[in-house]
This record gives sequence, C-alpha cells and structure tokens, in this order.
Amino acid sequence: MGDDDTPLLELRGVHRHFGNIRALTGVDLRVHARRVTCVLGDNGAGKSTLIKILSGLYGPTTGEYLVDGEPVAFTSPRQALDRGIATVYQDLALVPLMPVWRNFFLGSELRRGRGPLSRLDVARMRSIADTELRKIGIDLPDIDAPVGRLSGGQRQVVAIARAIHFGARVLILDEPTAALGVKQSGVVLKYVNAAREAGLGVVFITHNPHHAHLVGDHFTVLELGAVELDEPRENLSPEALAHHMAGGAELDALQHELQGGTLPQPLSSPYDERESGTKASHDQ
Amino acid sequence: MGSTVVPKVPPAAEGGEKTLRVGRRGPLRRFLTRPEVGSLLGAVVVFVVFFTVAEPFRTGSAMATVLYAGSTIGIMAVGVALLMIGGEFDLSAGVAVITSALSASMFAWWFSLNVWVGALFALAVSLAAGFLNGWILTRTKLPSFLVTLSMFLMLQGVNIAVTRLVTGGVSTRDISDMDGFESARAVFASTISVGGVSVRITVLWWLLFVALATWVLVRTRVGNWIYAVGGDAESARAVGVPVAGVKIGLFMTVGFFAWFCGMHLLFAFNTVQSGEGVGNELLYIMAAVVGGCLLTGGYGTVIGAAIGAFIYGMTRQGIVYAGWDNNLVMFFVGAMLLAAVVINGWVRTQADRR
Repeated sequence: MGDDDTPLLELRGVHRHFGNIRALTGVDLRVHARRVTCVLGDNGAGKSTLIKILSGLYGPTTGEYLVDGEPVAFTSPRQALDRGIATVYQDLALVPLMPVWRNFFLGSELRRGRGPLSRLDVARMRSIADTELRKIGIDLPDIDAPVGRLSGGQRQVVAIARAIHFGARVLILDEPTAALGVKQSGVVLKYVNAAREAGLGVVFITHNPHHAHLVGDHFTVLELGAVELDEPRENLSPEALAHHMAGGAELDALQHELQGGTLPQPLSSPYDERESGTKASHDQ
Repeated sequence: MGSTVVPKVPPAAEGGEKTLRVGRRGPLRRFLTRPEVGSLLGAVVVFVVFFTVAEPFRTGSAMATVLYAGSTIGIMAVGVALLMIGGEFDLSAGVAVITSALSASMFAWWFSLNVWVGALFALAVSLAAGFLNGWILTRTKLPSFLVTLSMFLMLQGVNIAVTRLVTGGVSTRDISDMDGFESARAVFASTISVGGVSVRITVLWWLLFVALATWVLVRTRVGNWIYAVGGDAESARAVGVPVAGVKIGLFMTVGFFAWFCGMHLLFAFNTVQSGEGVGNELLYIMAAVVGGCLLTGGYGTVIGAAIGAFIYGMTRQGIVYAGWDNNLVMFFVGAMLLAAVVINGWVRTQADRR
C-alpha cells in the first residue's frame, strides 16, 4: 500500500490456535490513521478471533502485534484501551438497564472529593455525555433513559461516541450494522465516516461488502482463518469485493455446479428436482 | 450483478429521524418506574389493614416493635439486596449469621478473652466466608445458587459440630459476665428512648446502613459498577470494570452484615443456638425482591429492600396484635411476595409502555 508512515496497528504473520483448531493462520493487517480498514469474512472466517487479539482479550499464538511500530503483548482490554485502542463490540458493551450517561462513563467514571468521600460527579458526567452525543449528531431528550430503550442504531452511536470521547485513536467496530435496518445502518455508517474525518484509524469488521465499500479505504477478506484478499479501494469495485466476499473461486464452482446440475434435467420428476435442490443449498 | 447479491436486509421497522428521539417522561411516570413503587403501595395497604383490624397496632411502641422485627431482617437485606443488584444471591446468609455469633462467643469463652476480641475474630470469619463464596464463584463460574448452597450446608454442619465439640451442647455458654460484654451490648443490642418510645438500637443501625448503602449505590463509582456487573457482566468487563473484584466485595459485604446481625443476636440473648438461622436467607431474599430487586440482577434499590423488610415486620407483629394464628405469618409473607412480584412487573411494563 502507498503509505510510508508507521501504521497505528499492525499484525505480522499472526497465528492463533485453540487446541487443534486453527482460528487464524498467517494474518497480516495494517491500520492507518484517517483510513477505514475493512475486515470481511463469512461466519467462522476468524473475524471474532482477530478482534479479540486486536482488542487485547488474548494474544496471538505466534506472530507479532505492533502498536505504533513497537511490539506489544496485551493481557487485558484495559491495556489496549490505555494505548487508545477502543473496541465497540457487537453487543456494544452497554448495560441495557442503566441510564445512557452511566453507560457512557462506565469504567471511566468522573469523580470529585477524596478518599472515602470520593463520589460520582453526576452533573458533569450528564452534561458531557449530552454534549458528546449532540456533537456526533444524536439528540436524546432524556439522558436518563435506560440504554435498553434506545434503538439498535442509537446504541451503536452511543458506543462509538463513548469510544471517541475517551481518546480512542483506533476504533474497532465489530459488525456494527449486522442487526440493523437500512436507515439505521446508514446512520451508523455516517458515524464511521465521521470517526475517520476526526483522524481515527477505523477497523470495520463486517460480512456486508456493500456497507464496507461505502466507507472503506482498504479491504482485507478472511477465509478459513487466512487472508484471501488484501487490496486498497482503488483496485477494487464493489462487485469484485462482493464476489471475493461470497467465496470467490468457490462461488464460480458453485455457480457452475448449480447450472450444470439442475438445469439439464427437464424430464425428471418433481421429487428428484427437490432433492437436487436441497443438495445444492447444502453445499452453499 | 452487484444488486442481485445484496443480502436481504430486514425492512426497517421504524422511520429514520423520528426514532432518534426518546420520549421525555413526566414526573409521575418517572415515579412509577421506580423499583420501589410496588413495595411502597404494599406497605401502605398492609399498614392500613393492621391499623384497622388491630387496635394495639396503633401505638408508638407497637411501631417500635414492628421496626425492630423489620430491622432483624432488614440489616441483612441491605447486603443481600446489594448482592442481588450485582447479579448474585447468597443462600448461606441465614446460617452465616449464626456462624458469626458462634465464632465470637466460643472464641472469647474458650480463651477467656474480652468479648470484643471474639467479635473481631467473628468479623474475620464472616468476611472470610464471604470472600470464599465470591472467590469460588468467580473462579469456577458456577451459578451462585450452587456455590452458596454448598456454603450453606457446610456452615450448617460446622455450626452444630464445632459447638458440640467446644461446649458439649447445642448452644454456647452464657457470656454476659465476661469483659467487654456491657459495651458490646450497648453497641449491638441496647434500647434507647426516642420521643418517649423505647426503640431497639438495631433500628437506628438499619436506617444508617440503608442510607449509606443507597449513597454508595447511587453516588459512587463502586455503585455504578454494582449495577453494571449485575446488568451485564461481560459488557462491564469489556469497559474495564473489575467484575470479579466487585462480586467478591459484594459477598464480603453480605459477610459484614451477617457479622453485625450475629453480634446483635449474641449480645441480645447472651447465648446462641447452633442450629438456628436456617430459612432466614430466603426472608432476606424475599425482602429484596418485594422491594423491587430483579432476581436476574442489575435493577433494584436498597430502599426497596428496606420497605420489603418493613412489610415483613408489620406482618409478623401485626398478626400477633390482631390476635390471629401466629402460623399464618409465613402464609401472608408468601402471599405478599407473590403479589409484590406481580405488581412490580405489571407497574413496570405499564409505565414503560406509554
């Protein structure tokens, strides 16, 4: 790729095994500031394992993880967070029963007073949470509403706003649009863009090539734990990306098989056709 | 081709900009969504019922007795409610009270020490039992039901066995003539006069503990963590909340209150029956649940648990004052629990719907 500056994050030849299951084999990844790096892959391709390594939940079995060019060995998400690597998980790490402002500051509460009298600075936390959410364009008239009452898109945005507020330099988004409708996805993608404009490096993990192509600068497709494609935006059309994402060469073979297998048998009974149809969908 | 491969996105259920708003709620609706509402209504109903049917119930001294009965459950319910908000419960809480009282009494008696030394020893035992509960829970990731049920059975056995070993009987020796007994009694089991009515000191301790625990829960970082750990432990961990530490701390808090109740028992009655305490753990849980704590954690208040314990105290004493069969107490407590849970759930969904 074109950049010669040091990537914020870099994985070099990362392998991760669980017993004899190889979740990741030889994965390289670079995340630059002001760029959205999309990681795509089907279910079981190793996306979750990759996130967990990046966010510090566990380390690679072999291979290197570098932050600002220096190797690191995180043992907890807190350490990654201290280096400015914030992860917005699929489940968002929000507590549904708690108010928005308490969620916003959870784990990084503002306090005043000393020693045993040290207490939450409720007024300041509420006003900061309110300002930050407004800044990013989400206006909740009631900052005391439990997060569980927000829509999926709103929750995503709250989680993103929180990560940005707490000094994230790298934002790792785990399938932020997976459970959302079209409009809500659009809202989230706007904030992904806003995060890039704000100078963050964004890792956007998704299995939706169309969402990825809307905001991505660089694309890495994982397949069965290995990198199947690693290209900047310039070299890739949305169709090509979707094609790779859907399995690439495998899809071609499947298409061939489907056309070859089911079409030239016009005289077979409906029963046989149903059978071959089931088989084809199984192969998928 | 691109458009044909577009994955089917479920149709957006709601329109865009409109859903970015969350309706503001009026003060009445805010009040109705408080966890304590159901128990508050229940307390009023129970109070009115006994006030009408039982004449002796209407005096100040009767209220003092009711409050005392409430405090014996209520002090423990403070710890149990905190723990329940933190997503766990403790079946060993009932016998842990007796364990604490026995440890203090027998330790001081066996070594002929000042009873305060015994009390300190008991505090260490209670905190250790709480720590053990929490530590095993967080290490094994077993549900608290199993961990604390085991602790309950073990403590129950140890209570009786060790008492028999030390004293040769099923209860401890009278320690009322030992050093420090008077001052300890003054702290844990005295009676003071408030406006001409004799009130047991545990009532004041109870109010103090409820106020303190409420402050911690609502206004401190630890309180925020307790709600978070009970509401969604994984999310809490992901944002850096020390989940295991909070849970262990909560079990130790229950241990502290078990110690306090144990000291009250010991210095109020001078001796301790080693087989007691069984079943009380469910009353503590009852008080917390009546007060609006969710069994699943993350929701509830200590004030609610206090109201729950107060309802228990009113029922317990009210039935005596009304001259009804004493055996009905548990029937009414059970009915109250059921009604409170149903009403709490109903009020919450009604208030949430609009």
